[in-house]
Amino acid sequence: MTTIADIKRLLTEKKASCRELTQRYLDAAAQTNPVLNAYITLTAEAALDAADAVDKKLQSGAQLSPLEGIPFVLKDNISTKGIRTTCASRMLENYVPIFDADVWESLKGQNAVMIGKGNMDEFAMGSTCENSYFGGSRNPHNTEHVAGGSSGGVASAVAGGLAVYGIGSDTGGSIRMPASFCGLVGLKPTYGAVSRRGLIAYGSSLDQIGPITTCVEDAALVFDAICRKDPGDMTSRGAEPVSGKLTGNVKGLKIGIAKEFFEGLPDSIGKALDNAVSLYKKLGAEVVSLDFPMLKYVLPTYYILACAEASSNLGRYDGLRYGYRTDDFNDLNDFICRTRSEGFGPEVRRRILLGTYVLSAGYYDAYYNKAQLLRRSIVVEFAKVFTGCDVLLTPTVPVTALRFGADMTPVEMYQTDILTCSANIAGLPAVSVPCGFDEKGLPIGLQLIGGKFREDIILNTALAFERETSGAFCKDSGMGVTL
Amino acid sequence: MKTYEMVIGLETHVELSTKTKIFCACTTEFGGAPNTHCCPVCTGQPGSLPVLNQSVVEYAVMAGLALNCKINRRSIMARKHYVYPDLPKAYQISQYEQPLCEGGWVMLDSGKKINITRIHIEEDAAKLVHQGGAVCIDYNRGGVPLIEIVTEPDFRSAAEATEYLEKLQQILRAVGVSDCRMQEGSLRCDVNISLRRQGEAELGVRSEIKNLNSFVSVATAIEYEYERQEEILSAGGIVEQETRHFDADTGTTSSLRDKENADDYRYFPEPDIIPVVIPDSVLERLKSAIPELPDAKRARYVEELGVPEADARMLTKYRKVAEYFEEAAAGVKTPKTAATFIVTQMFALIQTEAERENWSPPVTAAQLNELIKLLESDKISRNVAKRVFGQMLESGKPATAFLTEADLVGFNPASLEPLCRTAIAENPKSVEDYKSGKEKAIKALVGAVMRASQGRANALEAEELLKKLING
Repeated sequence: MTTIADIKRLLTEKKASCRELTQRYLDAAAQTNPVLNAYITLTAEAALDAADAVDKKLQSGAQLSPLEGIPFVLKDNISTKGIRTTCASRMLENYVPIFDADVWESLKGQNAVMIGKGNMDEFAMGSTCENSYFGGSRNPHNTEHVAGGSSGGVASAVAGGLAVYGIGSDTGGSIRMPASFCGLVGLKPTYGAVSRRGLIAYGSSLDQIGPITTCVEDAALVFDAICRKDPGDMTSRGAEPVSGKLTGNVKGLKIGIAKEFFEGLPDSIGKALDNAVSLYKKLGAEVVSLDFPMLKYVLPTYYILACAEASSNLGRYDGLRYGYRTDDFNDLNDFICRTRSEGFGPEVRRRILLGTYVLSAGYYDAYYNKAQLLRRSIVVEFAKVFTGCDVLLTPTVPVTALRFGADMTPVEMYQTDILTCSANIAGLPAVSVPCGFDEKGLPIGLQLIGGKFREDIILNTALAFERETSGAFCKDSGMGVTL
Repeated sequence: MKTYEMVIGLETHVELSTKTKIFCACTTEFGGAPNTHCCPVCTGQPGSLPVLNQSVVEYAVMAGLALNCKINRRSIMARKHYVYPDLPKAYQISQYEQPLCEGGWVMLDSGKKINITRIHIEEDAAKLVHQGGAVCIDYNRGGVPLIEIVTEPDFRSAAEATEYLEKLQQILRAVGVSDCRMQEGSLRCDVNISLRRQGEAELGVRSEIKNLNSFVSVATAIEYEYERQEEILSAGGIVEQETRHFDADTGTTSSLRDKENADDYRYFPEPDIIPVVIPDSVLERLKSAIPELPDAKRARYVEELGVPEADARMLTKYRKVAEYFEEAAAGVKTPKTAATFIVTQMFALIQTEAERENWSPPVTAAQLNELIKLLESDKISRNVAKRVFGQMLESGKPATAFLTEADLVGFNPASLEPLCRTAIAENPKSVEDYKSGKEKAIKALVGAVMRASQGRANALEAEELLKKLING
């Protein structure tokens, strides 16, 4: 699959101009998007302008910064001034932000070439990307299957060869799950490593922006380019760059395995994970067995906290200042009710109701408060884990990409987040790396969770695996641009 | 004695006078064309994030210190949810658990302490402007920093409540954290009031009267509410717990919403703002920045400067007046003379609360100081000084512009005795009266001396001497 280094080589060796390359991605997107539905909006003008700036720079002989001239896809919940940002919702179908998100500001400053805005589950709520007002994204490895959610469009675009890398957001697994389903690398950074300013909030204490890429090194490059302490986000702290630190050497590394994360897995996933563990042993890592009894509390804790925050964050969509507004109403209250009922899809409405309920007088202590206490216990549990190992290895998702349109109850859907959302609850970095295929040839991902701000450790561990397997699990989908 | 006692607690919202808003860099300036002082943060655009203004925290801590509160070294912001067009995020960022300040008090003149439960920081809402049947939203005020000061139910009368509010206003102005202008809404008050039988310990059911914006409204609303509740209770009825609206035109309150329809604010910790931590160094700096407060100042004026209590009260009511007084009284022998000039002649001219609060008189404190020094050195008499000060106030020119040669001749103390002897000789009746015990008769003699000296003699000295001469 195409990597950032591949494009860089073409550009610096003058094999192609940035404009030519960009045009190829735009053309491929225009051609293939009707199949994959990866993009909600194509941003050809912005892309070509950036490409021209890069070409000019190349002609002058100037050095390019790491992401300069590389075509990418940006999830459509990240604000782009002057370019509509929909959150895949009818509510924001025609919403054009008046300011840039911090990450887009950084990337724009580096002449990153944005091909378009990636499809997603509405307001990032979902595990299959089917909750999009614009229709679900397809999995390029098998278009009968979903791309995963919520950053499904981003993963679909990257795996489908319609972008070299992507930027998604992850509240309970929304980067790692689609990365796992689409055979890509997905990194959810430590909470606070990347600014959330301009990321349209779902669960503010859980949301984090991160990369979806075709290889581990690209994930490191993109992470380095977007992490910074932003004075406009009080919770951002920035992080040390990691690209220079990756060696791929895991000799002596302690990899923790907690059996709770492996319960009830399908054979194909279990086997792929077993193989990965054997491989790490072969590479000189020490595998440590440990317990994670809190896992059974992770999902309820996550859904209570995420829905509570969502119910609050989404209160602002009342149709008064921006966004969808109903045209049939009696009075102000009716206007707001109808606007919200018509503007939000069913999953969003469900989570707003759940969140409102758990924060209500009389239920607060039974739900929200208890979830907060559990969150603290989960943080403590992880602290204990990392006294015994350097990195925790788990499957990313207990299933492979679901069939498009599969009939699932909300609870069945929520359960697919069970392995990913603990990292969000504890604010820890986690990466998903492709580690195999199921009997249908759908990708399987393994997840590596590290201590706070130890992106270097988890990415290095991921790199060791990727190198040893020669990237065999990052299979080309055969779609989109081939260089 | 009345059958029922009123029990009142106050919640006061005070706008802090920081230059910028609480969560963004927009100006807090009052006025301005609608929606010119706002940005993505204070209009709640998707993806916008609040950044807590450190000055707001410091102003609030200073208010807390001045009101004798304990400052919580770690406090947290919280979201308070309600749906209304003046609230663009559908939640107000405020504080709930762990507020910035707790447990303070304000002392009334009677010596009674009004206890303050808590002070927390929060953002103001936008303003709804009704315009020809339409409702427009002006976000200029949205995000202006507020402190909410909550008292215990310690008040037993409307007078206590208004005295507390006046004190609060004076203290916060003295500290310089708010201009506390009720007419501009920078000080607003909610009243919680309930009644109980005299001597009973348990509290009655309260009603909350919202958004009172003048001292008179507070007093009127309390009196009205007392009568309303008393009527219900006397008839054997039950007071409903509810929120009531005060109509300033009719002086009455009416129900806004009852307990069942009360908002459920669904408070929870604000995840976008990290906990507010006050380090030692900051607390120490703020403590040392608290100026002398009005009550302490008044006591000092009375005890150390010999200013009469009533004058001291007037001077310390307005921060700028007190500053002016201290400059005018600097280095003079009788500071109370400066006080008298200010409280009588100047206040007669500068009458409104706003003018006194803004205090920019035509005569500078240095000019008044000069005049008092002329008076004290006996270069001019008190009467001349009064006349000249009047002229100074009219023109803004210094004393020397009005003093004639005759004024400045001054009074030779040696000529006092001959004048007194003449007065005694020419007014035998007054002398007799005085001798027979009519103390006041001496005033007629002093008047004669003053007339003879063309007002230049020192009346007190003349009185002393006259008494001495008569009594032999």
